[in-house]
Amino acid sequence: MSVAPPLLAVEGLTKSYGGIHAVRGVSFSLRAGEILALIGPNGAGKSTCFDMLNGQNKPDSGHVRLLGEEITGRKPREVWRLGVGRTFQITATFATMTVRENVQVALISHEKQLYNLWGSAPKFDRGEAGRLLELVGMGGYADRPCGELAYGDLKRLELAVALANQPKLLLMDEPTAGMAPRERVDLMRLTASIAREKSIGVLFTEHDMDVVFEHADRIIVLNRGTLIAEGSPAEVRGNPQVQAVYLGEGLVYDARHREGTSA
Amino acid sequence: MAFYVVQFLTGLASAASLFLVASGLSIIFGVTRIVNFAHGAFYMIGAYIAFTLTERLSGAFGFWGSIVLAALAVAVIGVIVEMVLLRRIYHAPELFQLLATFGLTLMVEDLVVLIWGPDDLVGRRAPGFRGAIDFFGQNIPSYDLFLIVLGPVVLGILWLLFQRTRWGVLVRAATQDRDMVAALGVNQKWLFTSVFAVGVFLAALGGALQIPRDAVHHAMDLRIIVEVFVVVVIGGLGSIVGAFVAAVLVSELNAFGILIFPKISIILVFLVMAAVLIVRPWGLFGKPEAAARKTPGLTVNPWRPLTSNERLAALAAFVVAAMLPLFAGNYLLTVGSEIAIFVIFAVSLHFLMSVGGLASFGHAAYFGLGAYGVAFLAKMAGLPMIVCLLLGPLLGCMGAAVFGFFAVQLSGVYFAMLTLAFAQIVWSIAFQWVSVTGGDNGILGIWPEKWAASPSHFYWLALGVAALVTVALRAMVFAPFGYALRATRDSLLRSEAIGIDAKRIQWTAFVIAGTTAGIGGALFAYLKGSVFPDNLGISLSVDALVMVLLGGVETVSGAVIGAIVYKALNIWLVSQTDLSKLVLGGFIMLIVVVFPKGIVGMLEMLAQRRRKSSPPGSPLLAKPIESAE
Repeated sequence: MSVAPPLLAVEGLTKSYGGIHAVRGVSFSLRAGEILALIGPNGAGKSTCFDMLNGQNKPDSGHVRLLGEEITGRKPREVWRLGVGRTFQITATFATMTVRENVQVALISHEKQLYNLWGSAPKFDRGEAGRLLELVGMGGYADRPCGELAYGDLKRLELAVALANQPKLLLMDEPTAGMAPRERVDLMRLTASIAREKSIGVLFTEHDMDVVFEHADRIIVLNRGTLIAEGSPAEVRGNPQVQAVYLGEGLVYDARHREGTSA
Repeated sequence: MAFYVVQFLTGLASAASLFLVASGLSIIFGVTRIVNFAHGAFYMIGAYIAFTLTERLSGAFGFWGSIVLAALAVAVIGVIVEMVLLRRIYHAPELFQLLATFGLTLMVEDLVVLIWGPDDLVGRRAPGFRGAIDFFGQNIPSYDLFLIVLGPVVLGILWLLFQRTRWGVLVRAATQDRDMVAALGVNQKWLFTSVFAVGVFLAALGGALQIPRDAVHHAMDLRIIVEVFVVVVIGGLGSIVGAFVAAVLVSELNAFGILIFPKISIILVFLVMAAVLIVRPWGLFGKPEAAARKTPGLTVNPWRPLTSNERLAALAAFVVAAMLPLFAGNYLLTVGSEIAIFVIFAVSLHFLMSVGGLASFGHAAYFGLGAYGVAFLAKMAGLPMIVCLLLGPLLGCMGAAVFGFFAVQLSGVYFAMLTLAFAQIVWSIAFQWVSVTGGDNGILGIWPEKWAASPSHFYWLALGVAALVTVALRAMVFAPFGYALRATRDSLLRSEAIGIDAKRIQWTAFVIAGTTAGIGGALFAYLKGSVFPDNLGISLSVDALVMVLLGGVETVSGAVIGAIVYKALNIWLVSQTDLSKLVLGGFIMLIVVVFPKGIVGMLEMLAQRRRKSSPPGSPLLAKPIESAE
């Protein structure tokens, strides 16, 4: 086996707010091209955990390493420069700019042209921006103001923006929350195919178990700040402890027969 | 030693009024999310009404009755303002709220002069507190001691009001989440009105209580509002305890600052404010809070560079403007030069405000610094004009670099308050540091050299620079930097998540805007032949805001049109009436309430409507064709 460090290695991540231990000693790792789902009931510490991975939040202790490099406590923009793209639970886009301009800003940043006072931004990497939009199926919307988009389209735009710096790792916080069932399936299929093709590691949190069981290669389960299970979808589904705290018993999850539950 | 104790007590006494006004501002902000610029105006009206009443009503009862009555009367005025004006703009972007209440302040300034005259009015001493108390050979006015006790008493009363009454519970709930309170069936309208009344009452009480200590005059509103802004920035907006602690701190810094830097005492306050902002950007007792609303954002109309036809039209307009000396007289050319200079000023603020979403309420500081820069170089170093014009704006650049660094740490209303406070600090320095700046007398005799001396030559110079600046800033809007700046305006979270150092981008924009304003100021010094503290005063800052707003905040080219229309109107208005502030204030409120998109915004809307009414086929089909061009 290779001795290369994993794409993402999380070790003993811990964070408490006052007396509440939001995240306690969480460790896991993620390989390139792998799709890993982080699930757990509300308040389990998923979002806190997530925010600590790209520097949105600082851990009390523990380590986050990207390809062996320590990124714990680095600022989000620095983590991004190392090749970590991110989408948000509630989409964050540039509402007064067009769809293409949203992608162009990310490309401008990626090519370190942010302080270029004289060049033409509308022409900047226009082709590349178009390709990214085509990739997520937004090619026809390039000139639409971003503020007019439907929610599902915003999620796809976020994906295009997150892909602009050719990331090694994508962090997606509830990528399908607030979407219609049909859109959820489409978005995750799209993400999975891009990730496999480009060998990008994906970590996502999700409440919709259809999405999770259909697309995740591996699942980790968080409850009250600690990891209680880890394994393939089938293993996690059969784990009695996971059933007790989150999935419930006696339910059969089948993507073909269920419409998505609300997040 | 006794001297220092007395100085300390004087500081404490000054803190009382400051605390009353600042707590009123904080309470109003907490619930309505409006930073009430007119708070200083209410303070001033309180003082004036109290002055009149105490002159009419005699005896101890008459005096204290007058103070309370004055505050109540102003509270009633506040209720009317809230119902007539503020209720219309609660959902407007915060910039509009700030401007509307600022317009009100301007109106009040003229009204006060109209009613009470322009002279300082010295009020009666408070019955029972006329004398002074001897403290180891130093005199302490007994009224000061009364004020020292009053501050904590008011703090206690407010605490009881908010902790022990039903109304207080509602106010605290609304401060945390007003939508939730509304959903629980509370009549929000009256809650807002009553909160506003209480806040205004406190401001007016602060003003009324000042009359035994200080003369009443028609500029006291701006002085107090700037101090109050400093207090709430230090203490934290929305915190009453913060307002108290910061009021004491600021007053003591003022009291002792005079001993340390007698000429520029305000520096000390500034240093403390800067320190607080670095350690706790949301103030000592405030809570960090996400920006609630974006500054522009009424519509989403994507910006695009000019088409070749539009470029030709702009060039034609420039050529026509350049031909003005062929048929206009000297007066008109001087007016033309002034308008060109204000185009530079407006365009620089527009860059910061519309592109960067940073509404500076003190942009005149950098304009004035550019003017002073020229004055120093020309008068003291005796450098040639062209060198002065090139180097003078650097003073504006440096000022923007220093103040901008702190200002961009904050956003929204905090940013507005901070920029205003900075501008006022620069103004105070220009005003107080007589040996360098000439103080109120300014610096005179800055005349252009021969090649630019004739009105037509100067006009061409001003016009040429204005055109150059406009083109350069417009190019920046559509340069990668412009996109990055717009990105930080639209979403800080997303900007940071794609590698953009938002603060640094905003700081850069601030410096660019400040330097550009400095260029305008440099030309202005030569146009007028002199520099005065007014060149960096608040009213000039507001002029710039109105020019941008009039043209349309959300447009790329609005500032140019806004500057031309506004400046022409302004010059004409000043020649027609003495009450220009009254008219201007009314005008600002009118734009904000009924005309929020400005001239260019309106034109764009009309053009769009026309485009929509003509049958272009499916918009989805039309789009790719447009983008292919």
